Amino acid sequence: MIACREAVERLWTHLDRTLDGTREEELEQHLGLCRHCCGELEFAKQVRAKLKETAETPLAPSARERLGAFVQRLSNK
Amino acid sequence: MPRSRNKTDTGERHMGMQTAAAESAGSFAALVEPHLVYLYAFALKLCGEHATAEDLVQDALVRALRAQGSLRNREQPRPWFTKVLLSAWSDRSRREAAHDQDVALEDERFSLFDTLAEEDPFPYSDRLHLDFLDLFDDANLTAALQRIHPAHRTALVLAYVYGYKAREIAELTDTTTGTVLARLHRGRKQLEKALWEYAKQRGLLKGEDRR
Repeated sequence: MIACREAVERLWTHLDRTLDGTREEELEQHLGLCRHCCGELEFAKQVRAKLKETAETPLAPSARERLGAFVQRLSNK
Repeated sequence: MPRSRNKTDTGERHMGMQTAAAESAGSFAALVEPHLVYLYAFALKLCGEHATAEDLVQDALVRALRAQGSLRNREQPRPWFTKVLLSAWSDRSRREAAHDQDVALEDERFSLFDTLAEEDPFPYSDRLHLDFLDLFDDANLTAALQRIHPAHRTALVLAYVYGYKAREIAELTDTTTGTVLARLHRGRKQLEKALWEYAKQRGLLKGEDRR
């Protein structure tokens, strides 16, 4: 069975669904027996969710206005 | 009323000047508008400062207007805008000083998950790891991201904030998929360490900066 360190290295790739067949199988076998790495997996999901949450940083109305005006000026040139 | 007549005159003159060129320029505004908030949010993640992000978006818009001919898919221009913004960002970050703040990567074994379990910053919590992540609002997370090497940060933000696939990131950043995968790997390691060090240094763990 692969070691924890190896398993942890593969977690994000596993979540990206881009691990190849053998490596995926080895990881799943490891996760089936290792509570620690299941914790790591759960945490990896939470970190990823946190990053995704920030996709739409609200834009301050003043900055929105300035950028809108900039686009207009650019378009009218 | 002379004043309103003037207004009408100006309006008519303006309408009269709408040549084909002006129309195409007008359509540039229409093309950009739906993506402005995204471009700004993306720029802010890359550079970490509001004023710089605004500058960067403006720079990208000027480049986009000039390069409109290279836009093939007008129905879905977002990847194209992303690429233009990235090229503006890459020129800028090349110009700017060395990145002193980059998280040292020597310790490849660092695990944020284990560090939290060992240091136990919230002894009464039964959701320690989530509590830690909750310390990071948008501004804190953006600030922590700035400690990551720019190329790694760019890949990380494209992949995990905006959901681009590795081969798409390779295309957007003019590199190979292998390089992107390596950058993502190192970027994730740096992110773990950056979050931990940022939280410690900014006193987030002691509740000093909590809202």
